[in-house]
Amino acid sequence: MKIFNADKQNDYKWAMVIDLDRCDGCGACVIGCQTENNVPTVGQDDVATGRSMHWIRIERYIEGEYPNVKVRFLPMMCQHCEAAPCESVCPVYATYHNDEGLNVQVYNRCIGTRFCGNNCPYSVRFFNWWDPSFDEATRNQLNPDVSVRERGIMEKCSFCMQRIRRGKDHAKDEGRPVKDGDIQPACAQTCPTGAITFGNINDHESKVHEMVHGKRAYRLFEEKGTHPSVYYLKGGAENVF
Amino acid sequence: MSSETATGHETHSHTHGGGHHHSPEELKSLTELEGLRDSARNKAKADYGDANIYLSEKDFNDDSLRPMFETKPGYFLFVIALASVMAVGVAAFVRQMVVGMGVTGLHQPVFWGAYIATFVFWVGLSHSGTIVSSILRLTMANWRRPILRGAEAMTAFSLMVAGLFPMIHVGRQWRVYYMFPLPNQRELWPNFKSPLMWDMMAISIYLTGSLTFLYIGLLPDIATARDRAISNGNWRAGYLRLLALGWRGGNYDWAVYNKASLFLAVIILCIAPSVHTIVSWDFAMTMTPGWHTTIFGPYFVVGAINSGVAGVILLMIIIRSIFKLQHIIRDLHIDCLGQLQLVIALIWLYFYFCEFNVTWYSHKPEEMAVWDWQWERFPLQLIAMVGGTALAVGLLGFKKIRRNMKAMVAITILINIGMYCERYLIVVPVLSHRDNPYKWTDYWASPTELSIILMSFCFFALLYAVFIKVFPIITMADVKEGVVISGDVRLGKHAVRVQVKE
Repeated sequence: MKIFNADKQNDYKWAMVIDLDRCDGCGACVIGCQTENNVPTVGQDDVATGRSMHWIRIERYIEGEYPNVKVRFLPMMCQHCEAAPCESVCPVYATYHNDEGLNVQVYNRCIGTRFCGNNCPYSVRFFNWWDPSFDEATRNQLNPDVSVRERGIMEKCSFCMQRIRRGKDHAKDEGRPVKDGDIQPACAQTCPTGAITFGNINDHESKVHEMVHGKRAYRLFEEKGTHPSVYYLKGGAENVF
Repeated sequence: MSSETATGHETHSHTHGGGHHHSPEELKSLTELEGLRDSARNKAKADYGDANIYLSEKDFNDDSLRPMFETKPGYFLFVIALASVMAVGVAAFVRQMVVGMGVTGLHQPVFWGAYIATFVFWVGLSHSGTIVSSILRLTMANWRRPILRGAEAMTAFSLMVAGLFPMIHVGRQWRVYYMFPLPNQRELWPNFKSPLMWDMMAISIYLTGSLTFLYIGLLPDIATARDRAISNGNWRAGYLRLLALGWRGGNYDWAVYNKASLFLAVIILCIAPSVHTIVSWDFAMTMTPGWHTTIFGPYFVVGAINSGVAGVILLMIIIRSIFKLQHIIRDLHIDCLGQLQLVIALIWLYFYFCEFNVTWYSHKPEEMAVWDWQWERFPLQLIAMVGGTALAVGLLGFKKIRRNMKAMVAITILINIGMYCERYLIVVPVLSHRDNPYKWTDYWASPTELSIILMSFCFFALLYAVFIKVFPIITMADVKEGVVISGDVRLGKHAVRVQVKE
């Protein structure tokens, strides 16, 4: 018996590659994601107490002493782990793994035990501490494809599942499998430097497949054995081969 | 057969037993040794061997039932005070449910905080009552008799209070029934792989078990109280008559009662450690550094018993001084409980040693991040956590301390303050300094959390106070069972020494 069913074969297995050499920390992906996924604006008080709600965030790491300071950026979002620690601990199956390698959150099922958040080493699961609130300017432009989440439940990056669904529908209408580049999550679409690439890693012709098998690819907290679906390409000139 | 007769027999077989050949010198020294041993035994017997209660049955019944039937105005004041503090907590909870969990101090990644620490504290406190009671029943420890009820009631009520916390702490309290395996149209099951699921089941089984245990133990005493209530025309006669299940004290009643309580004692003894092991797995089964450790199962069980025995001692001292029951729950009983506490506290210190030593020696960076943060942020709590139990170990070796009620109250409160800190330090520092250093934070419990935690203590006290008024708090049947009547009975020409147990 296996706790995690990681070997299941499917036509699609979605993965993301982030080239850290290209990321300049501008934060456009954060806004793109927020707009696409109806992520509430929690306000500065909550951000100050550590309740910031961004499905993708830019982590800044500062290396060295002044004046030889180097700032590194690490876009962090749900890693869609193949062996996701958050899934096994949820008592109500509100989070599970779907056939395409996505770690899915079922909002209606979630009761908010927050156990998943405690078992996520990346700290990328977000809890709705209050009723969702949106800035006046954005209230009338909520995305109808994405449900607005109630207070008291968990949410997180879905790899823009609604776009994946739409891409697959289009492909089905045209009677073909999804092609590389058909589907782009909001963050990848918004990134001005093109640091984020999304695709089907089971398609050996895809761009992500090629990048993942390059020498710079690594995954976060590999030693935890979570097998994330998000790959990073090492940044810093000395790491480029 | 009394324990005295048993040991006398043992002495006999040692002196004259076949197969041993001793020189006269050896025999002399052996006799001396035995003399020493006998005098030590006599001293021990004088101090501990006699757990009898020297009262006539009527006086004993009167005194044991007085807390139940006689109520002073102070009692109502106490209950009103508890209820008003509780009202604040209930209001805080309603606000939390209506407004959102934002009213707590929780945030990412400290998703669990003071609520869960308090939950573990209450589950821990619940451990001793029933476990101690069943161990003492099974080992037929004579001094157990008057304290069983108080201990079992403590288990049931602290478990009820503990059970509130998971429901208080979830985000959508109105959907908490999703945890239960209820049949539904979509055929959705709860996730049996989740430790929280096991936890919910373990606690409901334990609550059912300990309530049954409490009730079965109560049966003969309910009958005694029923008879009194009926003869006095007291309003309690109504429910007591129903709950006594027609108990008449006949041979068949007692035979069934003894069988049932023995059976339940064994069952409870198996359930109790599994419950706290499973509570520990809420933490140990995760991959969070500082939580993910194999020691947690037994560690939690021993910690639970440590705080639970302290809880029993504290409650017994409070009850006997409020209701003037010093002649029934005697110094001797507190003394014996103090010895039990000493043993448990020693084991607990050993667990601390194992945990600290192993973590520090291996010096894994992710564990040390938690370790350093703990020492930097919570030094007082760490001192309280180790100090409370260490102090108990240092002091409980002395009989004078064990029989000094003020000292015992102080020691048991310090132990439990330490145990609360220990639970807090398991939950909070680990989450605030975990794997991803970008998300390292600090956590403070909010006024909402504090008032709900205060409410839980008042709720426990309230349940206990109400229990004392509706059921006998002294295990009367067990005490009477232990009373040994001895005397000379004439059989024809001879006078025979007999011992009779009721």
